[in-house]
Amino acid sequence: MKSRLSNGMTRRHFMEHVAGSSALTVPALSLGHSIRAHANELRSNHKAAILLWMGGGPSTMDIWDLKPGAATGGPFQAISTSGNEQISEHMPMMAKQMHHMSIVRSMNTREADHQRGRYYMHTGYVPERRVEHPSYGSVISRVLMEDETRSDELQIPPFITVGGGSVGPGFLGMAWAPFSVNSNGTVRNLKMSLDDRRLVQRMETLDLIEKGFVSQRRGTASEEHRKILRKTWNLLSSDQMEAMKVAQEPETVRERYGNTNFGRGCLMARRLVEAGVPCVEVGLGGWDNHSNIFATLENNKLPELDRGMSALVEDLEQRGLLEDTAIIWMGEFSRTPRINGNTGRDHFARAWSVVVGGAGIQGGTAVGATSDDGTEVVTDPYTSQDVMASVVKALGIPLETTFTTPTGRPMKIANGGKVIEELFA
Amino acid sequence: MSREIRFSVPLVVTALISLLAVADGAKRPAARWASYDLPQVATINKRMIDSWKEWEIKPSQNATEGEWCRRGYLDVIGRIPTVSELYAFTKSKDKSKKRTLVNRLLYDERYTEEYARNWTTVWTNVLIGRSGGTERNSLTSREGMQKYLRDCFARNKPYDRMVRELVAAVGSSKPGAENFNGATNFLAMKVNEEKGTLATAATARIFLGLQVQCTQCHNHPFNEWKQQKFWEFNAFFRQTRALRRFRPGTRDVNSAELVDEDFGGEGTPQTPGEAEIYYEQRNAVMLAAYPVFVDGREIARSGFVEDANRRSLLADLMTSTNRTVDRETATYLELAAANRLWGHFLGYGFTTPIDDMGPHNSPTHPELLNYLGLQFREASYDLKQMAEWITLSAPYGLSSQSNTTNVTLDDPLLGEDPKFSRFYLRQMRAEELYESLVAATQADKNAASYEEQEKEKNKWLQQFTVAFGNDEGEEATIFNGTIPQALMMFNGDLIKKATSADKGGFLSNLANNRRIPNSRKIDFLFQAGLGRRPTDEEIDRANRLLILRVQDEKGDINKGTIAAMQDVWWAILNSNEFIINH
Repeated sequence: MKSRLSNGMTRRHFMEHVAGSSALTVPALSLGHSIRAHANELRSNHKAAILLWMGGGPSTMDIWDLKPGAATGGPFQAISTSGNEQISEHMPMMAKQMHHMSIVRSMNTREADHQRGRYYMHTGYVPERRVEHPSYGSVISRVLMEDETRSDELQIPPFITVGGGSVGPGFLGMAWAPFSVNSNGTVRNLKMSLDDRRLVQRMETLDLIEKGFVSQRRGTASEEHRKILRKTWNLLSSDQMEAMKVAQEPETVRERYGNTNFGRGCLMARRLVEAGVPCVEVGLGGWDNHSNIFATLENNKLPELDRGMSALVEDLEQRGLLEDTAIIWMGEFSRTPRINGNTGRDHFARAWSVVVGGAGIQGGTAVGATSDDGTEVVTDPYTSQDVMASVVKALGIPLETTFTTPTGRPMKIANGGKVIEELFA
Repeated sequence: MSREIRFSVPLVVTALISLLAVADGAKRPAARWASYDLPQVATINKRMIDSWKEWEIKPSQNATEGEWCRRGYLDVIGRIPTVSELYAFTKSKDKSKKRTLVNRLLYDERYTEEYARNWTTVWTNVLIGRSGGTERNSLTSREGMQKYLRDCFARNKPYDRMVRELVAAVGSSKPGAENFNGATNFLAMKVNEEKGTLATAATARIFLGLQVQCTQCHNHPFNEWKQQKFWEFNAFFRQTRALRRFRPGTRDVNSAELVDEDFGGEGTPQTPGEAEIYYEQRNAVMLAAYPVFVDGREIARSGFVEDANRRSLLADLMTSTNRTVDRETATYLELAAANRLWGHFLGYGFTTPIDDMGPHNSPTHPELLNYLGLQFREASYDLKQMAEWITLSAPYGLSSQSNTTNVTLDDPLLGEDPKFSRFYLRQMRAEELYESLVAATQADKNAASYEEQEKEKNKWLQQFTVAFGNDEGEEATIFNGTIPQALMMFNGDLIKKATSADKGGFLSNLANNRRIPNSRKIDFLFQAGLGRRPTDEEIDRANRLLILRVQDEKGDINKGTIAAMQDVWWAILNSNEFIINH
């Protein structure tokens, strides 16, 4: 991106300015990292992942795996799509994009509590007492940022969540935490009110105090703080922050995505991926439909989802970004086929669907199946780990990639999940 | 640099570096394991020392006096000490000055308001979360919750009474409403939806240390709580409703009224004389449940409030001891309270998380936990006494610096069980940062009423809360050491105010204070923010900033001094050492 900071200064200019003005030498704030980057240099790796996170646990049998006519089926009808799979009649725009996306209908998981389910679907692990696992977003962004050219070019956080919901970076450390922004892209406290020279001098003084404390062997928290300061510093001076300003998009584009938090989030995800961010999570909550589920889905949730998600797929496709960008749609679990006394569905993890596509993942198919009433998976069951193994493969990351937990245990990427082969047929 | 300025500057520099000897907070208390004549402290110390021997680790050295003082102020009253408070402690020759200080913070009238405010903040977040009451048309009044809690802590209400009042509360949620009872806010949003399962889970988790929400739908492999028990506990909440009271002429919720009504049971036809509820097992078989407490004690099955007020009876069961076994064994309530308080002061409880104490998650120091629970009972559930035992204990007095024996063996971040042989670093809560800045910069001098101050703080706090979008109101804080927090500390209004050079502000007052010589001003800033003196290197850096700022101000030493102090103060506030309780 070649846009400029609001104060009319590019990052490059800023850093040079900083280099010239500093009266106090502190090597810790060296400038090599950013000066080295050349605008014309090709990134060697463009891969990215966008997670559309459906907080609350969406009823997938009302969206992706319909059972019209079954006692549990609810009132919605299935419609044909541009792919081979059928989906809900209330997802007409998505129906035109389904040749890019595939549905895994044989998800079978065990966590039906919000907190545990969110943790499990985000990390591939069930919560454990001794170790905090990193979310997939932290893992993927960390691996993809090992590409030096790419990490040199990217000045904003490599894992950004719009509308929240992700679990944290776990033992990878706060430096890989998701950076949370709202869908308007307003980041608080970004405006510097100080002249650059003086800011640099303050930073150097700060660094002196920080270093002293870190050297006293008090534990990792003090070092993490120092890393975060460095990242904040990079971000403060970066014109890549413009990627968050969805208002810069033409009105027709904004309308296509929908004037909703989720729609703007999807649009921001596209802009961020364009800017080189390897991992974006966009949240859409409100799926915890214990009561009055069908009216809520038809009038409220599905139109918002349909518009935003279809726009994202279409737009990425048209810009040639879809071949490098994986899209994952999922929640922490799904909802019971049984319709309860309040016309709602309750938590259910035994048989449900997630949707994936892009980055070379086969589109237009439905993998696996559930029984006629939706209560059981009748084909090979898949898990959070399997979905993520497939995404990892699509992103060109070796499945043997292993991290070491603080306790010294090796932790395989995607917790050793198996690639869902039908997605790569 | 021009010749003239170069000439004038060294004078200032000399004045600044020639530090006078001041009370040095870097001293470490000599007596290693003092018990301050408190048997509870002696017992904690003994058990800890024994356990360190067993693990073959040496505890870290004691924290410096300055560190300990800062820690105590933060954990007891929710802010760092002012410079004069710090000096009063470090200069004191009193042999048991730690006990004197703890007692002052707990019992001296001058600190009652801050003590109550701190614990109100802690418990508000526990009971209704960081966002409770901020949702549109919420039945919760955050203000009402806080009013109730503030009264509890200001009067040091016994813990069992507080729990009883929270669990059995009836009345109006909002201050000013007829029959206002702020305690109702704990349950106001948890009883109407989903058969009161939120009330069930929150009550068990917060007061009994039992995480039962997973057992709502089925028996869980790693939780000894069975589905039956969940619904038996749930049955206690089924008479309760939160009635909406609207603003006259609108559909805007003004307040909620928590009431108990006769419950007819879930059978057809209803049988209020024996009001059962039903739950569905995974195999679709329906089973009935009646109110039974977690230890097996039952109450009458009637759904008529007159016969058996279920919530009130539950509160009795929770806060009473049962059978003879409880003479030796602390109850769920006592264990959960001791664990929570220990966790508050030491950074980790005896279980992680502190509110998951079921049989699948056994405590690291079971005997000590049980002992603290029983002592808490002996002390008639006096929270201040328990706070005193813990803050005066050996583990609370240790440095956060590790030694070779405990650097990896005692680091919970490395997956080790906490052994409390060092003080674990933890970041200040957003509320603590706020109050600390107010105290350090004396910003409350021209402040408005208590309510207005709280309102302003709450507005500021909202920026850090993220909701997850499910019916259970789950949320997280982004004041967790990540970039948004760093940005706030760099550029936020709060920091701008704290580092402002405006007349009458903290820095300008300090710069113009003739009683504090120039040479001591940088020292003062470090003491105010970090509770220690600056190092030589830090003084040197401050002096170089001074030269630069005086230059910027075209030789105006007064203006230059304030500007340099702004720079130093900004750096101090942004440092890890400031934000981390260490």
